[in-house]
Amino acid sequence: MSEPGYKIDGKGYWREVIRLTLSLLVIWFAVSYGAGILFRDLLDNLSIGGAPLGFWFAQNGSIYVFVGLIFYYCRAMNRLEKKYGVEG
Amino acid sequence: MGQDFWTYFWVIGTFGTYIAIAVWARASSTDDFYVAGHDVHPMVNGMATAADWMSAASFLSMAGLIAFLGYGGSVYLMGWTGGYVLLALLLAPFLREFGKFTVPDFVGDRYYSTAARMIAVICALFVSFTYIAGQMKGVGVAFSGFLGVEFNTGIMVGMGIVFIYAVLGGMKGITYTQVAQYCVLIFAYTVPAVFISLIVTGNPIPQLGFISDVRGEDISMLSKLNTVVTDLGFQEYTQTNKTTFDIFAITGALMFGTAGLPHVIIRFFTVSSAGAARVSAGWALVFIALLYTTAPAVASFARLNFIDTVNESTYIADDADYETEAAAIVAAGGKPTPKWFKDWEKTGLLGIEDKNGDGVIQYRAGDDNEVTKLDRDIFVMANPSIANLPAWVIGLVVAGGLAAALSTAAGLLMVISSSISHDLCRRTLFKDMSDKDELRVARASAAGAVVLAGIMGMNTAKLGFVAQVVAFAFGLAAASLFPVIVLGIFWKRMNREGAIASMLTGLISTFSYIYYFKFVNTDPADWWFGVSPEGIGFLFMFLSLAVGIVVALVTAPPPQDIQDLVEDIRVPGTRRSHGIADEGMAPVPAE
Repeated sequence: MSEPGYKIDGKGYWREVIRLTLSLLVIWFAVSYGAGILFRDLLDNLSIGGAPLGFWFAQNGSIYVFVGLIFYYCRAMNRLEKKYGVEG
Repeated sequence: MGQDFWTYFWVIGTFGTYIAIAVWARASSTDDFYVAGHDVHPMVNGMATAADWMSAASFLSMAGLIAFLGYGGSVYLMGWTGGYVLLALLLAPFLREFGKFTVPDFVGDRYYSTAARMIAVICALFVSFTYIAGQMKGVGVAFSGFLGVEFNTGIMVGMGIVFIYAVLGGMKGITYTQVAQYCVLIFAYTVPAVFISLIVTGNPIPQLGFISDVRGEDISMLSKLNTVVTDLGFQEYTQTNKTTFDIFAITGALMFGTAGLPHVIIRFFTVSSAGAARVSAGWALVFIALLYTTAPAVASFARLNFIDTVNESTYIADDADYETEAAAIVAAGGKPTPKWFKDWEKTGLLGIEDKNGDGVIQYRAGDDNEVTKLDRDIFVMANPSIANLPAWVIGLVVAGGLAAALSTAAGLLMVISSSISHDLCRRTLFKDMSDKDELRVARASAAGAVVLAGIMGMNTAKLGFVAQVVAFAFGLAAASLFPVIVLGIFWKRMNREGAIASMLTGLISTFSYIYYFKFVNTDPADWWFGVSPEGIGFLFMFLSLAVGIVVALVTAPPPQDIQDLVEDIRVPGTRRSHGIADEGMAPVPAE
């Protein structure tokens, strides 16, 4: 809860949250629908170890990125909350 | 020690643990019963969510499904993990900040409408019952296949166990048993995976084996698999015959459906704050990813190993002595059918027919295929015996399958029970009900739901559609629940009329499409835009969003109380009570 008399800049905070969320969703889309589905044939020309890259993104790679995205989001949100004096 | 001993050892041992936890974690208030007192540690909740989420299908069937579908199986891998990103970024922290018990709570209070709450209850009940019947069936299959117990008796034993810990402990009991169940299932899944990875690629880590060379050869495992399967007339492993658009739509329906499934969402009400809900979603995905990144590796190893060892192998008759026959075949320069194949044939999951009478098994695509029965569950179940692991590991896999089925069933029971006792009784019909009475009703409805789910499970043979209707669960969650929850958080202007229109649009359109193409006209040529019933929820989700927005814009904006509520749930720690939004029930503040 905020201290009495202290006003949180809720609107500014929310704008930054939205910007962060949208940029992470772009990555989320890019690694799954992008690399794993739409551009798979293109990426399959490259390979990671012995696997075609597009196929690998669809079956393994995208999942690793998903995990990374959520933990990055947690850190970035904690920073934002500190910046705006919001209590997470 | 025989196989039966070890299977009983693990099954009885794990079941005993679940009951002990249930007795320890009894619920004493509705707060305990619905949300485990709002004080579950984020990592513990993450682990419980992973068990809640991974069902008998994830554990037993998914790797086999991918083994057959190859690239086409990616929809499950991306769909059932990518949804957690949506949950963490768009739903979980805000719903926790909202601070109540159920998904219909949010819909009903945010949209100041009993009608909206009731539609959400219908969606939640429909989705959960669809899902739970499949879990009960999984329990019956595991018991009848491995312990020789009759199918229905197996379901009753499973029902009894869930009954004890769900009715006694509610969400609190379920949370801690799910943690134990996660440990059992992940151990049971990864141990055989490590050994089969060693056998096929020489690398002990399945995720690395997946991209490595075949052991002792200078060719990557996946290229070899591609060559081998195309030689036999199958689809190339890293390709698919589904259209790109259909793959896209199915992945979408599974992802957005995952994020909209009530039994997953309510797990995030059990942590202490919005920040904890975010971290918890991260942990949940870590624990899920452990299995989900192993599964595609297991799938490809199993397919390659199956072809390597079974195709062109000389069949040994049931009455012959396996060891001497096998030695004779090897001496003659042939390849004997592996011992595990003979063992699993007895379960009926595998079967052959020597069509050309040459005494050798030919595994092919098309009519001259001699492996006439190849159940997809076999690839996970037979892994320990393929890898020559001791009998205790096989027993552990059975216990793992049961853990996966029971943990998911318990999570679904919570949704069913709270929809009835909380949303229907306390919040709608009997608003002055006491906390004690509500707890009693909650226990009674959990008990009733267990029995009903068991009966549905027992009749799945007659109700052959159960496997078909999983598409309903994800499609409906994606098209009816996900849009109103997201709009409720991210668009202040969204109002009651818009929400009702949006949910009804999603519910009716998705239900009709799936029903029509699953039961009335099953011809894929007639699918709209080539989208299968599994993927249609994704398209109708956009329709539902559009209808909701248009209707909201032409009707009156929501009352000031509601707009203030939305402002509050966006900013952690600022949640206050707001008139009509909270008059039925006060929010629980974050700690």
